[in-house]
Amino acid sequence: MLTLENVSVNYGAIEALNGISLHIEQGEVVTLIGANGAGKTTTLRTITGLLEPKSGAVKFEGKLTNGIAAHKLVALGMAMSPEGRGVFANLSVRENLEMGAYLRNDKKGIADDMERGFAMFPRLKEREQQKAGTLSGGEQQMLAMVRALMSRPRLLLLDEPSLGLAPLVVHTIFEAIEEIRSNGTTILLVEQNANAALHHSDRAYVLETGRIVMEGNSKELAANPKVKEAYLGE
Amino acid sequence: MTLDSGQQEKMDTFIQQIINGLTIGSIYALIALGYTMVYGILRLINFAHGDIYMVGAYAGFMLATALGFAVNPSVFGFIVTLLGSMTIAAAIGMAIERFAYRPVRKYSKMTTLITAIGMSLLIEYLFVFIFSGTPRSFPQLLPNENYTLFGNATISTSQILIFVVSLLLMIFLQWIVYQTKIGKAMRAVSYNINSAKLMGINTDFVIAFTFALGSALAAAGGVLTAQYNPKIEPLMGIITGLKAFVAAVLGGIGNIPGAVLGGLLIGAAETLVVGYGSYIGVPSTYRDAVAFAILILVLLIRPAGLLGTNIQEKV
Repeated sequence: MLTLENVSVNYGAIEALNGISLHIEQGEVVTLIGANGAGKTTTLRTITGLLEPKSGAVKFEGKLTNGIAAHKLVALGMAMSPEGRGVFANLSVRENLEMGAYLRNDKKGIADDMERGFAMFPRLKEREQQKAGTLSGGEQQMLAMVRALMSRPRLLLLDEPSLGLAPLVVHTIFEAIEEIRSNGTTILLVEQNANAALHHSDRAYVLETGRIVMEGNSKELAANPKVKEAYLGE
Repeated sequence: MTLDSGQQEKMDTFIQQIINGLTIGSIYALIALGYTMVYGILRLINFAHGDIYMVGAYAGFMLATALGFAVNPSVFGFIVTLLGSMTIAAAIGMAIERFAYRPVRKYSKMTTLITAIGMSLLIEYLFVFIFSGTPRSFPQLLPNENYTLFGNATISTSQILIFVVSLLLMIFLQWIVYQTKIGKAMRAVSYNINSAKLMGINTDFVIAFTFALGSALAAAGGVLTAQYNPKIEPLMGIITGLKAFVAAVLGGIGNIPGAVLGGLLIGAAETLVVGYGSYIGVPSTYRDAVAFAILILVLLIRPAGLLGTNIQEKV
């Protein structure tokens, strides 16, 4: 579904990604783990078109997407819940979701998807008319995820969905990820919480200073002594 | 309470000053909306915005003259002139954004700001070149009459026109920004442009739309002012534009209701100084200084403006 071939990205003179290659197949949950500054967010921003690669190829469903503007990629079928949630604090919860469905015109379908999102996170329903800026961090994360789903993406990219959230909320978020996956959406999950990420994914890539240093089945990686030492704190 | 004739006269004068102040304040508000919307979305003070007000007045002048509305005043002529001028200004505003600001947007904000200052001078002197610096007299598009209100205070047709049209435009703007899809997208872009892109929002289009909207309002201000004070000249946008900018800052730049409030307050403050400044030793010739005195006070006391919430960065 998605492949990155030898992708390098620079921020000015600083090299953020140094020739990374990865692939995601239809229906998979793939996670990208690594320390702060390893290039996880840069990878997602490159996939969604917010950044342009210096070299290499990004292909979504066989189509080369390098240099295609971010807003056009949404129409191709990908959506992201960005780092720091990126909710529109000045818009109501409902309006945020309407923005998620910006490219759609099927009122009925939009309303149904909104109800589905509210069913996933009933707390959002309670806060439907509230400004998103008044929500708690966990609620904002829920909103960012449902908002991304509003475009009916085939590929959902999640950037640090558990960052800064209380353990109970983290649990809710990962349950939702399982639910989204069971509906057939492919997911690329970027996480610092390697434990949870490996537990809830099929395959994983480990990113270190802009390079992929390990990849494989999530269960196997979770059992790998190097991963355990560096990322699982064991 | 009964007033003796002296008190009655003072009261009439006061009411008259307020009416005049709110008239000019409505114009400042219309222009201030464009400053505040563009700032909200790009964090750019569009210094060329005051000149769009002038362009609007000239566009209206050309239309009214070419279509013969100047000789036969009519409501139809006024509406065509107003909407035509707004459309022309919207197109020019979008062109300025597309060809002057968008190419430099990827550099620092200062680069765009300096481009805006250059654009302002370019428009001003281009118009001096085309139309010469000699003021023109804008035709009266509707018969102008004075109506007596309380006592001896009067209100003219053109003042009523300014109030009614400004109010309608502001209601229309409010509807666009809060009820329509594009308006919601404008608010989304102004809060977080990258998140907006991730929703599939074509942010370049939203920015262009914002310029079109702001420019159309400024042009309406130009045509309306010309009905009240028919003298138009290519540099008329400088001082009015600056005062409207102060109005936007006073209300809280980036805040739409703030721009309206700021505009009305600056207009009222200005005419009150003309009317009563002499009692406190401020000659009426200081009318243009009032706005800037207010600007200094706002920046010292409440930099975020009356309705603003965040302390905005300096430019």
